[in-house]
Amino acid sequence: MAELNGNNKNMLVMKHVTKTFNPGTVNEKKALNDVELLLKPGDFATIVGSNGAGKSTLFNAITGSFYPDRGLIMLDGEDITYQKEHTRSKVIGHLFQDPLKGTAPHMTIEENMALAYLRATTGKNAYFSRIKAQDKKKFREQLALLDMGLEDRMKQPVGLLSGGQRQALTLLMATMVTPKILLLDEHTAALDPATAEKVLELTKKIVAEQNITCLMVTHNMQQALSLGNRTLMMDAGHIVLDISGEERDKMTVDGLLQQFAIQAGKEMTNDRILFSKVEGK
Amino acid sequence: MANLLTFSIVQSALELGFIYALVALALFISFSILNIADLSTDGCFTLGCAVCAMITLTGHPVLALFAAMLAGVCSGFITAFLQTKLGIPSILAGIIVNTALYTVNIAVMGFASNVNLFQCESIFTWAKDILPVGPSKLIVVAVIVIIVGVFIGFFLNTRLGLSIRATGDNPDMVRASSINTNLMIIIGLCVANALTGLSGGLLAQYQKSCDINLGTGMVTIALASLIIGESIFGKGGMLKRIVGVVFGSCLYRFIVAIALRLNVPAECLKLVSAIIVAIAIALPYIKQQSLFRRQRRAAKTENRIYIEEMQGRKEE
Repeated sequence: MAELNGNNKNMLVMKHVTKTFNPGTVNEKKALNDVELLLKPGDFATIVGSNGAGKSTLFNAITGSFYPDRGLIMLDGEDITYQKEHTRSKVIGHLFQDPLKGTAPHMTIEENMALAYLRATTGKNAYFSRIKAQDKKKFREQLALLDMGLEDRMKQPVGLLSGGQRQALTLLMATMVTPKILLLDEHTAALDPATAEKVLELTKKIVAEQNITCLMVTHNMQQALSLGNRTLMMDAGHIVLDISGEERDKMTVDGLLQQFAIQAGKEMTNDRILFSKVEGK
Repeated sequence: MANLLTFSIVQSALELGFIYALVALALFISFSILNIADLSTDGCFTLGCAVCAMITLTGHPVLALFAAMLAGVCSGFITAFLQTKLGIPSILAGIIVNTALYTVNIAVMGFASNVNLFQCESIFTWAKDILPVGPSKLIVVAVIVIIVGVFIGFFLNTRLGLSIRATGDNPDMVRASSINTNLMIIIGLCVANALTGLSGGLLAQYQKSCDINLGTGMVTIALASLIIGESIFGKGGMLKRIVGVVFGSCLYRFIVAIALRLNVPAECLKLVSAIIVAIAIALPYIKQQSLFRRQRRAAKTENRIYIEEMQGRKEE
């Protein structure tokens, strides 16, 4: 009960969130298994885990590209478990590994930004309004902050930009209206090291400035420990490790890898125990 | 060439070009912008034609055109409803609606397969009264197409228009920016089919008749116009692309007029249309392939020299 009362202090609440894909077939996969996660406002948590551990599925459950089989998802005190994807995406920023996913390639930079800006303007006539000169000026100022020269290419289709530029633009669009939560799904993994560094710096800056609650998937263990204030580890649809504060400060990359092996091992033994019990009956 | 294209042939080609340009613009919205192949176009065109013909018969030609548009909106809404709310793939949704429309169209025409408007007033007879000499029909259709073109150009640059364009361009991104993709598809198809209906309606008044088979092959013809226009004008701003589509439609009519002038029998016209479409769609690819072949030939000659050099060195 104490936990429930505390819910309104959390930005994100996930309780018993479970999702099985292709149930009842040979391809059955328990992608999320009783996930419990609480994020405080301003929390910046990194997530590590092997492929298929459920990291992206966790994000997709939050954004609503599917509904969980059971469990509760709350964002800023509001139950969004079954809210439509386009409704909740008003307050959720989502960046993918693929830089092509976040922008419309045949539309200009300006038009893409205008679309992102739609979230802010919910007025009656917003739908029939065109991009105003003052909006353009604002877009220009924001693009200039990226320091990529994009402010002079606003009439060009986004398809002409490089992956790094598109990802930076996507980040800008996702945070143009401060989201309640920002989900970063390995958003620098497809970029070259220098560009990745730049996009990451930009991410840190924007997240800190707007104090955004943030979840970030990474395969870089060093990054997982140095970025943000919490580190989560996922395995087989579970969050198997959740460290912050002193415990996290003491953690090393080797320690994290060791934990990974231990946690994964424990899971397996747990499963074995469970199976043997079932079979025993 | 001079006796191939007489003034009256040019004029009627332009008139038909403008009328059919509206269907091409409809496909511009559904096919180019929304990335949906709307196969209900044939039936929707006939629907517009039939609805317009029946209301024109009662003596309300302007109302008839608006009714044709409204009928198109209804048809578009059903196609969109089938694919967004009932999970039917878009091509199938179009085919289903197209099939259903055959019965609907016959019913609209009072269970007859054609309707005559020879004794009726139409916007074209009105125009003739106002402007007894000169190309009155051409002016009427040109004005309508310009109004529609400007409206679409404006519409596609509003926030709603941007959302519709993004829906066809990158649905992932659109969902992530809090836009309802289903709603965008519904609105887009309604607008597109309104234009198809209007085009059918204009044709009914233009040729003073409506026939149940009028719309057959319309989607192919409109697609040809669209692709001819887009390959000549290229990608660019919305207004440029819209002008390109209208131009493509007129050009297509010129090609057909020349074919008729060259004594191609009228029965063969559909075959001619299909060939034109195939050529128009294949042309960019053929161009690209021939460029590649030329490059390959040049590279091969060059590479032969490298290979000979290397072999020469080995022998040494």
